[in-house]
Amino acid sequence: MSDPILSVRGLSKNFGALAVAQSIDLDLKPGDRVGLIGPNGAGKTTFVNLLTGVVKPDEGQILLKGQPIQSIRPELRVRRGLARTHQINTLLVESSARDNIAVAIAERSGYAWRMLNYKKQWRECLDEAQSMLADMGIAAIGDTEVRHLPYGEQRLLEIAIAMALKPQVLLLDEPGAGVPSTEAHVIHDALDRLPAEIAILLIEHDMDLVFKFAKEIVVLVQGAVLTQGHPDEIAADPEVRAVYLGRSRD
Amino acid sequence: MMNDPKNTAPAAGPQMLGGKFSLTWHLLPWVLAIIFYFTAEGYLSLGTQAIIWVLFTMSLDLALGYAGIVTLGHAALFGFGAYCAGIFSIHVTGDPLTGLLVATVLTAALGFVTGILILHTTGVTFLMLTLAILSMLFEFANSAKWLTGGDDGLQGMSIDPLLGVFEFDFFGHTAYLYSLAILFIWFVIAWQIVHSPFGKSVDGIRQSPKRMRAIGTPVWWRLVAIYTISSAMAGSAGGLLAHSTQFVGLSALSLFTSGIVAVMLILGGTKRIYGAFIGAVIYVFVQDYTAKLNPHLWEFIIGGLLIAVVLFLEGGLISLVDKARDGLARLVGKGERS
Repeated sequence: MSDPILSVRGLSKNFGALAVAQSIDLDLKPGDRVGLIGPNGAGKTTFVNLLTGVVKPDEGQILLKGQPIQSIRPELRVRRGLARTHQINTLLVESSARDNIAVAIAERSGYAWRMLNYKKQWRECLDEAQSMLADMGIAAIGDTEVRHLPYGEQRLLEIAIAMALKPQVLLLDEPGAGVPSTEAHVIHDALDRLPAEIAILLIEHDMDLVFKFAKEIVVLVQGAVLTQGHPDEIAADPEVRAVYLGRSRD
Repeated sequence: MMNDPKNTAPAAGPQMLGGKFSLTWHLLPWVLAIIFYFTAEGYLSLGTQAIIWVLFTMSLDLALGYAGIVTLGHAALFGFGAYCAGIFSIHVTGDPLTGLLVATVLTAALGFVTGILILHTTGVTFLMLTLAILSMLFEFANSAKWLTGGDDGLQGMSIDPLLGVFEFDFFGHTAYLYSLAILFIWFVIAWQIVHSPFGKSVDGIRQSPKRMRAIGTPVWWRLVAIYTISSAMAGSAGGLLAHSTQFVGLSALSLFTSGIVAVMLILGGTKRIYGAFIGAVIYVFVQDYTAKLNPHLWEFIIGGLLIAVVLFLEGGLISLVDKARDGLARLVGKGERS
């Protein structure tokens, strides 16, 4: 058994009287595929924001490769190997798809401060970006401004940008959100092609996608972990059914 | 439906100065400026003013156009640079290049310090802070008569010949070429910066700070860096103003000056280095021409132009140049955007 690459211990956060994270514990090991599900308002995106540093926790500890990261700035967490995608696209819509990835590669490679004598390095970034687009099966959109891309391709681009950071832990916040059901398989195929060694936490409302992708599922309700286990166990769990479907009157 | 995934080889990266057609367009403003020098004998002072405004507008474009730093206080940097150059020439040395370097470095330092203080904020809060800094500098310059001359302006400047050879003559020959040379140096620097990975990341911050944080960008530091460079450029423009007119007035630090430079930028087109050239030159020459007809007519004309541009030309007047160039490129069969 390998050691966890990401460990969360007793993570809590309150917005006033509202508890959005209640003493959450979670371990992710290299290669893990964990789904995080829960009804609307369960605190799933807040949990990702706590992990990435966008929101500061009130209590608890986040360990990345054994080092506490809860006090360091979001960009430093990224450099240590923690990447995310967003539920709602935050792409650079006026830039080309290739440039969107290339700026991430430049950041990862330490070229992003370069103002002079940069042609060779930027060329390398563009070439790698194009190669990543090809890996995602969307090589043809390299020159296209993002605002002109179909939504499904924008979602794939989000994942490609996160992968450009060469993360060890990837947090996917509803990668299938807004994608028509007829195209959902494209997202699923893209997730299947992600490198096996990366630990992935998938937040998703599309249960079909989660249950196909995840090897373990964590159910979050009102900011607290209700249960976690193998997808088959979760699917059969009456408590989880009750959360999603309501309880019968008997 | 999604496009069919098709793997193609990487397309060519952004063109810099390559390509004959592109080079022609790059040379155009500089050739026009040189032609102006030889043909507009009585208008060189006006031409110098236009060049200085181009540089100042370009500095605002770096901050506002490329980085999305919406400021009302850019005149603080321009005026500070002008006073630095002026005071330095009175109390230390009249050498223009040394004075300009000092003005540029000190204004960059001012931009760095104020940037660190205020770039944490955004929107209206940031706008008010830039206004506050401008007001404080204005009031300081107004009060410190012993240093700045107060509302009489800074007088008694004496500028040595450029490179020890070229006197600043009454007709403005030296000042014109001196300003043009400094503008060219800053243009090359700005062009390099906006096309660099740094420039791309700054443009990314303008589009989506959230995205840039998610890819590990130190957003605040990068904004401080571009604001410092923009400040240095504005300080240079102020220094040129002091050297070319041998006078610095409080108007250099006024809110009106901040407004003028913003109008020039919007007229010409933001996020396009050449937009500054078009906006500033048109503003200065329309103002000069129409002011001779009627002292207030120029404001009416500029106001009308601004409304027309905002309503009908999203990319500013430079988009007309783009259209002309694209049309010509189609005729020639090999065009490209600068």
